[in-house]
Amino acid sequence: MSHHDHSIDPKNLTQDPSKATMEGKHKFLGLWIFLGGETVLFACLFGTYLALKDSTAGGPSTHDLYGLELVFLMTVLLLTSSLTSVYAIYHMKNNDFKKMQLWMGITAALGLAFLGFEIYEFAHYIHDYGFTFRSSAFGSAFYALVGFHGGHVVFGLSWIITLMVRNAKRGLNLYNAPKYNTFALYWHFIDVVWVFIFTVVYLMGMVS
Amino acid sequence: MSVNSAHKSGFGATLWDWLTTVDHKKIGILYLAAGAFFFLLGGLEALIIRIQLISPQNDFISAGLYNEMITMHGTTMIFFAATPLLFGLMNYIMPLQIGARDVAFPFLNSLGFWLFFFGGIMLNLSWFTGAPDAGWTNYAPLSLQSPGHGVDFYVMGLQLSGAGTLMSGINFIVTIVLMRAPGMTYMRMPLFTWTTFVTSILVLFAFPALTVGLFLMMFDRMFGTAFFDVALGGNSIIWQHLFWIFGHPEVYILILPAFGVFSEILPTFSKKRLFGYTAMVFATFLIAFLGFMVWAHHMFTVGLGPVANSIFAVATMAIAVPTGIKIFNWLFTLWGGSITINSAMLWTLAFIPSFTIGGMTGVMLASSVADYQYHDSYFVVGHFHYVIVGGVVFALLAAMHYWWPKMFGRYLHEGMGKLAFWTFFIGFHLTFFIQHFLGLMGMPRRYWVFLEDQGLDAGNLISTIGAFFMTFGVLVFVINIFYTWKKGEKAPGDAWGTGRTLEWATASPPIHFNFKQMPLVRGLDPLWIEKMEGNNKMTPAEPMDEIHMPNGSILPLIMTIGFFIASYGFIYQVDHKAWLIAVYVGMAIGMGCMLIRSLRDDHGYHISKEEVEREGD
Repeated sequence: MSHHDHSIDPKNLTQDPSKATMEGKHKFLGLWIFLGGETVLFACLFGTYLALKDSTAGGPSTHDLYGLELVFLMTVLLLTSSLTSVYAIYHMKNNDFKKMQLWMGITAALGLAFLGFEIYEFAHYIHDYGFTFRSSAFGSAFYALVGFHGGHVVFGLSWIITLMVRNAKRGLNLYNAPKYNTFALYWHFIDVVWVFIFTVVYLMGMVS
Repeated sequence: MSVNSAHKSGFGATLWDWLTTVDHKKIGILYLAAGAFFFLLGGLEALIIRIQLISPQNDFISAGLYNEMITMHGTTMIFFAATPLLFGLMNYIMPLQIGARDVAFPFLNSLGFWLFFFGGIMLNLSWFTGAPDAGWTNYAPLSLQSPGHGVDFYVMGLQLSGAGTLMSGINFIVTIVLMRAPGMTYMRMPLFTWTTFVTSILVLFAFPALTVGLFLMMFDRMFGTAFFDVALGGNSIIWQHLFWIFGHPEVYILILPAFGVFSEILPTFSKKRLFGYTAMVFATFLIAFLGFMVWAHHMFTVGLGPVANSIFAVATMAIAVPTGIKIFNWLFTLWGGSITINSAMLWTLAFIPSFTIGGMTGVMLASSVADYQYHDSYFVVGHFHYVIVGGVVFALLAAMHYWWPKMFGRYLHEGMGKLAFWTFFIGFHLTFFIQHFLGLMGMPRRYWVFLEDQGLDAGNLISTIGAFFMTFGVLVFVINIFYTWKKGEKAPGDAWGTGRTLEWATASPPIHFNFKQMPLVRGLDPLWIEKMEGNNKMTPAEPMDEIHMPNGSILPLIMTIGFFIASYGFIYQVDHKAWLIAVYVGMAIGMGCMLIRSLRDDHGYHISKEEVEREGD
């Protein structure tokens, strides 16, 4: 039954267990291609936002709402989480499961903090300015774009937390290593999208 | 034949097998069956439209029902007939053509099918409560003001099936990049595999635009946002852009696989290799690229301005160049060939002039100044039916005759095949040729009635007579399927004797793991090369060994049912908030299945070496 055993003998290490199997390679390429589709998805949302950002219908505008301090902090948190996920994958490639879990845990914590601030931001807009996705076309476009990104963060967090809990006692093997690897790729993508949101939504919204 | 079938006992087990299958061949057949069902529904709707227009000021159906009929006809035919039928072919044939045992993600393949199928079921269930009536393009603000829930069913049904289509596209790309048999270099891939590859890239980049459009429409209609609501600063042109950024590539998602089908059939029945293989591959890419750059030619009269109109007009006309390359290559493949004329070839030969006419009227429409005259007239209806029916439907029927023996082990009846061809072919030209002239005489599309003595009476009558001819042809084809199922002549592996590509190196139908040993590919048309060198079989590229296979799973079906329930909840929570329970329950089922999938290790199973050897070819 040796064929059915996907665990790694620590003395017989594979370099990069995430790509040692066909399935691992399939998953990695599959996720890259999926991100190609996600790029179009976000591009369409950015396009919609750019077309509608000045259509405030008498409601709050970008100048009334945005403040740099909060989004700068959020940006720092999310970009750092990308870095920590790189550390996690580095340890995975060296078959160090404990350190990988630790760094993935830090990644998840940073992501949760980001999400907390985003929820705070939305609540602030709704309560203090009465700015909702029904207020104006601008409101709809803002919450659609930023909220869609936030939804991706939620999905990513549930993904990595599930993986970490699920594998806590099993250790690293050729079956679950690709799952961590694809998560990391997805997480980097979320960060890249946020960089664009930071620039196009917040920075441009404050200077224009 | 297969190991599984030996264990089958009774209807329940067979049904369970089909509901849980992750085998690309079975999923391909499921796609074909479901697509055929929706094709018949869409055809029935078309016939009702033509009966309504058989004479001036007819009152066969009401104006409201007519709107539902044209909306459902277009939506059904594009999303739930043409696309899935082609995806069925791709699913079945492409892995065989590249010498693979399955697709890269069998579980996802199954999920993709169920999402498409339940999306189609959802859309058609709307007939009982009020179908969508804003046209298949669903333009805002018309779609926003449409009363009842018809448009909501359109939104949720297409969202479900669109997600499924995107999954299949990703799956096909990874399969082709990573799972080709040894020696199968990119420039040795059959044209149908090439077009599957390029089509999948189009799916990848086109469908997310539809996803976003539907998402915005959903929020505007169900949660009161203002994307398309001008009173709150919204802009309804955004819907048009998003729809056509998806919609124009979609027609190439349909036509490129059709081109692939013809590029397989012509060499087989001309006993010559495809003329200009490299140029064909290049032209496929060029068409795909240009197909993405021309969406605004659907919006010439919106008011984008002369500069934008000119750019999109020229880009649109440029597509005629690579398409022309293809047409000439097909003709040169025939040139000097030893040609067999059968049903598959009749559809192929009929395609060339029919599609060319559609292409020429396309160039006419691409002229943005002239488009102000053609716009929203029957000329447009004539044009797109010439390319979609004369291209895609002809290709599907050709492919059915060509690959039927491979898929089901029996030949379709030739006599019935030819009868179906001639009646459908004559009916097709009767129906749609005259519509160009009706359009030029001023008949608008989407109109419920036309007035007497305006020169439109005879043309509409002829068009409707043609529709009956087409209906007859389709019925003959359906009868042919049942006849073949019972009494059809059995087919060997290389059913036509002149097969060139790897699918003909397998049994008809193939064993469930496709190839006992991965074949060694030594050039373009690998089976033909082996036959020319006197070998009856492909040379294996690996020793006989045990084969790893994926386990079947019921999760894709349950997951889809979860999202299906949630979709109903989204639609009806507008009327009563209690429907939010359906949203939560449905999402819990769907997400729960995803969680189960993540928590359980599924390593698949192995077919032992002895068993592989025992399986008959």
